[in-house]
Amino acid sequence: MSLLSEMRQGGRGYWLSAPALALYIGLLVLPLGLTLVLSFNVFDYQVGVKSDSYTLANYMAVVTDSYFYEIFLRTFWISALVTLLCVLIGVPEAYILSRMGTPWRSIFLILILTPLLISVVVRAFGWSLLLGADGLINQVIQFMGGRPVKLLYTPFAVVIALVHVMLPFMIIPVWTSLQKLDPTAEQAALSLGASQTKVMRLIVLPQVMPGVLSGSLIVFGLAASSFAIPGLLGGRRLKMVATVIYDQYLSELNWPMGATLAVALLLVNLLVMLSWNRMIEGRYKKTLGE
Amino acid sequence: MAFLQLEGLSKRYGSIDAVVATNLAVDKGEFVSLLGPSGCGKTTTLQMIAGFVEVSDGRIVLDGRDITHAKPSSRGLGVVFQSYALFPHMTVADNVAFGLRMRKVPAAELHPRVKRVLELVRLGQHAERYPRELSGGQRQRVALARALVIEPPVLLLDEPLSNLDANLREEMQFEIRRIQNEVGITTLMVTHDQAEALSISDRVVVMQAGRITQIDEPYKLYEHPRTRFISGFVGKANMLQGDLDSSGIPQIRQVPGDGSLTLSLRPEKIDLVAPGCGRLSGRIVTRYFLGSQWLYRIQTSIGEVTVVRRNDGQAPLEQGAAVDMDWPTELLRVLDADEVRA
Repeated sequence: MSLLSEMRQGGRGYWLSAPALALYIGLLVLPLGLTLVLSFNVFDYQVGVKSDSYTLANYMAVVTDSYFYEIFLRTFWISALVTLLCVLIGVPEAYILSRMGTPWRSIFLILILTPLLISVVVRAFGWSLLLGADGLINQVIQFMGGRPVKLLYTPFAVVIALVHVMLPFMIIPVWTSLQKLDPTAEQAALSLGASQTKVMRLIVLPQVMPGVLSGSLIVFGLAASSFAIPGLLGGRRLKMVATVIYDQYLSELNWPMGATLAVALLLVNLLVMLSWNRMIEGRYKKTLGE
Repeated sequence: MAFLQLEGLSKRYGSIDAVVATNLAVDKGEFVSLLGPSGCGKTTTLQMIAGFVEVSDGRIVLDGRDITHAKPSSRGLGVVFQSYALFPHMTVADNVAFGLRMRKVPAAELHPRVKRVLELVRLGQHAERYPRELSGGQRQRVALARALVIEPPVLLLDEPLSNLDANLREEMQFEIRRIQNEVGITTLMVTHDQAEALSISDRVVVMQAGRITQIDEPYKLYEHPRTRFISGFVGKANMLQGDLDSSGIPQIRQVPGDGSLTLSLRPEKIDLVAPGCGRLSGRIVTRYFLGSQWLYRIQTSIGEVTVVRRNDGQAPLEQGAAVDMDWPTELLRVLDADEVRA
């Protein structure tokens, strides 16, 4: 009998996975559980959190208050737009990358990955230097004789910076699926009379779709819960859910409300991602058998 | 004028000559193989015909039309790739229908054509399967059906059998020939397997270092190899030194290093006879059992000679035994020196 099945029978496998399990419970399940409990607590501006009394008022507020409604809506359209832009930029970029010769491919792959080594905060400040009222872009516009444009603290700034940060998360899964492609399948399609655009649309794209879909899930999830970029480039007025949660915890000191928003964000995010997965990825999984 | 004609076709990669001034004429309905070791330029030649590799010099003429610089999609040739190159996200039927859809063939005509060609390759039952659900041999048939359904003027096969295991390969060899006969399509196959080329081609083109060194029917190629390289590459051969006697018949010289000619003698053409009765004596060094044959390596005064004898059910000769060899002198072939070094 093999060692593996012996371990399964003896239940020793559970002991071996205990460290990972402890880490998982300690760092994910426990905080999430506490957040969930906190979200039902009553908050009083005089005494703070009343940990012994429970209410649904926080959730009612999130569902009914048009202020939160607007913020959730904004978060999701910005995330959807960022995802779309990442697909439009990342897929061709990954394709070009996969067609490059040996030395260049590795060089450009590293170039695409290096930004991940720089803190998001640093990159956000970089963008604010570029986009600010006195930033490089406005200086150029003024030099050319134009009037300065408000770029910073607009959705434009948030979207462009998010796309910049999220792009590697799209390129990597797409690049991985492109690696699995048989390049002669494209030649076969050409020899059968397909034009170059038809080859892309009918042969290459359907095969990299699983990569595009998992890339969009990652990008959408990260964008919808992003904090640093909307915090630094969205300013005081342009709020996204994560920045509102921060405000609730640290400015309003209304922890239960912050917890409620966090849980709501998690639920809506899960809902969007799971239905997306069901709707489209399932179909491609069936045909590609992965 | 031949149906498919290559005129001085050349391909250079920088300073490297991949294919040098190749001339070849393929008749309509003919099955021609390009045979050679890897790197001899056979695949490059095929890819130039298919249009995947740019031609450096020369012309490709198909049925009177110059297609040298035509796009692959406008050549309309059927290509079967070594990796099969099936579209994994499409069913067998959709794979096969792809070329017809690109030609905007109406559905009423498309479905019967797909069905007919799938039956031709004996895959009628598998139309709705995906390529990953098929075996290697079945994928090969799908690739063949996909190339044939567009009714191309020429079928190009790039090492079509090299990914199959030995038994299946032999079966598919005959299957390809059967389908080719049935459709009557002009076929050009690239292969490095001499047995494959000999068994199914009408003519074999031997390539070496970017050049064609011999074009012949399989039997003639085997019996009359032109150079040392071909003699060694196509089948097994004993390469012996010799010269012509006074009446112009080639003779093997029994003194090593003597003789101005290289002679080729196929191992199965040599008879083993009792010591003292043959032209050459030796001692068996090793013997190998090949199933239908015995292969002997025999040490002689002019070097080691390989002899293949039919396994006729009798006990084979023992290792170390002294034997004599005999052969009909007309089966000695005089070889040219190799003009190119591979």
